[in-house]
Amino acid sequence: MTRETIFNVVLALFLLALPFAAMAMGEPFYVSLATRMAILALAAVGLNLALGFGGLVSFGHAAFFGIGGYAAGILASHAFNAEPLLFAIPGSDQMPVIWIVAALAAGFAAFLIGAVSLRTSGVYFIMITLAFAQMFYYFAISWPAYGGEDGLSITMRNGFPGLNTAVPVTFFLICYALLMAALLLLWRIRDSRFGAALQAARQNEVRVAAIGIAPYRIRLFAFVLSGMITGVAGALFADLNRFVSPSMMSWHMSGELIVLIILGGAGRLFGPVAGAILFVLLEFLLGGITERWQLFLGLILLGVVLFARGGLIGLVAGKPRHG
Amino acid sequence: MQTALLIEQLLNGIQFGVMLFLMAAGLTLIFGVMGLINLAHGSLYMVGAFACAWVAAATGSFWLGLLASLVAAAAAGAIVEMTVIRRLYGRDHLDQVLATFALILIFSEATRWVFGSFPLYLNIPPLLGGAVALPGGVHYPLYRLAIIGVGLAVALGLYLLISRTRLGMRIRAGESDREMIGALGVDIRTLYTIVFALGAALAGLAGAMVGALQSVQVGMGEPVLILAFVVIVIGGIGSIKGAFVGALLVGITDTMGRLLLPQMLAAIIGPAQAAGIGAALASMLIYIVMALILAVRPKGLFAAQA
Repeated sequence: MTRETIFNVVLALFLLALPFAAMAMGEPFYVSLATRMAILALAAVGLNLALGFGGLVSFGHAAFFGIGGYAAGILASHAFNAEPLLFAIPGSDQMPVIWIVAALAAGFAAFLIGAVSLRTSGVYFIMITLAFAQMFYYFAISWPAYGGEDGLSITMRNGFPGLNTAVPVTFFLICYALLMAALLLLWRIRDSRFGAALQAARQNEVRVAAIGIAPYRIRLFAFVLSGMITGVAGALFADLNRFVSPSMMSWHMSGELIVLIILGGAGRLFGPVAGAILFVLLEFLLGGITERWQLFLGLILLGVVLFARGGLIGLVAGKPRHG
Repeated sequence: MQTALLIEQLLNGIQFGVMLFLMAAGLTLIFGVMGLINLAHGSLYMVGAFACAWVAAATGSFWLGLLASLVAAAAAGAIVEMTVIRRLYGRDHLDQVLATFALILIFSEATRWVFGSFPLYLNIPPLLGGAVALPGGVHYPLYRLAIIGVGLAVALGLYLLISRTRLGMRIRAGESDREMIGALGVDIRTLYTIVFALGAALAGLAGAMVGALQSVQVGMGEPVLILAFVVIVIGGIGSIKGAFVGALLVGITDTMGRLLLPQMLAAIIGPAQAAGIGAALASMLIYIVMALILAVRPKGLFAAQA
C-alpha cells in the first residue's frame, strides 16, 4: 500500500469515528458537524470528477448543489401539503425518490450548461459556468412560488425505508454511505476506459482526438455525472438543515467547493474528503476564536495556493506517482 | 408617457452599461496583457466606493472623495499586484481563481473590520444634483448623465492611450509577445504593475460613482463583477472594443428586459401571473443572450487573440 492509500483509509475511518466519539463525549452537536463534512465532501467528489480528472474548472457547481436542494425541498413540501406536483404526480418525502429526482434535475441542468460551456475552454469555461450558475441563483431569488429570497423550509426530515432519519447518527451514516459509494464509483471510473479517455483529454486534447475519441462527448458525460453527484449532495444538505435557500446556489458556494478540493489535494481521489474535514474544522475552530474567521481562511487559502500546492494529501503522502 | 418611460429606461440601461464597461475594461486589459483572471476586481470596486464615501464624509467634498477613490484603488491594486498577483502569472487559471477568491475573502472581511457592517452613504454632489429636461418630455437626473459622460470619456481615453501612446504600444506589444518585449529592454514587471493599477483605478472610479446612487457596503462589487465577466465573455476576452459593445448590450438588455418582459407577458397570460414570471425571466435574460452569442461565436464578438 502506498502512503496515500493508508492516509485515505485513515481519513475514511476518522470521519466514520467522529460522530460516535461525539456521542460518547455527550456532544451531539458534533454529529451534525461530521454530517456536514460528509455532505460537503460528497458535493466536492462530484466536482472532482470534472475538475480533478477532467481538468474542467467549473465555477458553477453551486447551481447543481442548489438544484438538488430545491428538489428535496419542493418534493417534500408537496408531499407535506398533499398537493400534486404536476399532472397529478405526487410529491415525496422518501429519500431514495428525492435522490433520483435531484440527480436527474441536476444532471439535466449540467447537460444544458455543459453543452454550451464545453464548446469553450480555459478562462471562458470558468466565467461561463460562473455566469450560468448565477442565472439559476437569480431565478431562485425571483421565482416566488417556492419562497424566493426567503428560502423554503422542510417541515420534517425526509424518510428512508426502514430507518429513522430523525436520529442524527442514522442520518450521518446515510450520508457517509453515499459518500463512500461515490468514492467507489470515482475509483472505478478513474481506472476505466472512460476515465482514461477523460484524463487523457485533460493532458492532451489533440492526441485524444487523433486516436478517434471525441473529447467533447467524453467531457459532457463527465460533466453531467459530476453535476448529478453534486445534486444528490445538495438534497442531503437540504435535509441536514431542513431548509433550502438561494444561498446554496451563490457563487461563494461554488468557490468553496473548489477550495475543498484544493485544500485536500487536487487530482486525488480522497482530496475532497480531506478538504471537507479540514474546511469544516477550520470554519468551526476559527469561528470559535474570532468573528473575522473568513479573513484568516482567506490567508490560509492564499498560503496553500502560493506555497503548498499539493494540499493536505500532498503534504502527507508526497507527490502523486503520475499526474 | 410611455415613450418618456422608454427613453428614461434606455438611458438607465446606457448608464448601467457604461458603469459595467469601467469594470470590464480593467478585467479584459489585465487578462489580455498578463493572462490573469482576477476575481478580486470587485473588491477594488468596493475599495473605491469606500474611499470615496469616507473621504467625502470627512472633508465634505465629493470631488476629493472621487480623487481618493482613484488613488486608493490604484494603490490597493499595485500593492496586491506586487505581493500576490505577480506570483500567479505563470500558474494555471485554477490557481489564479483560488488565490483571487482568497483575496476577496480578505478584502471583504478587512473592510468590514475597518468600517463595520453598516452601509455608508454618499451624496450626489450639489453641482450635479437635479434633473435635465430632454426632448420628448423626459426629465433625467443630471448625475446619471454625468456618469454616462465620464464612461464615454474613459472609453475614448483608453482608446487613445492604447493606440497613440508609448505606454499603449508597450501594452499591445505585451499582449502579443511578452518575452520579446522583455528582451527588447522594456521593464515588464513595472509595466504589469502599471496595467494592474490602471484597471484597479477604473474599477475604483466605477465604485465611487455608483456609490452615490446605491449604498456603499461590503460585497457590493460581487454582482457587478459577475456581470462584468458576462460582458467580457460576450465581447471577447482581451478586447476593449468588445468590452464596450458587450457592456452596453448587457446594460440595455437587462434594464429593458425588466421593463418590457412583464408587460409583454401580461398581454399573453394576464397581469396576475406575469409580474412574477416576467421578473424571473428578466433576471435570466442576459445569461440567455450570452448563451446564444456563445452558441454562434464561442470566442465572443470581438475575439482579440487567436
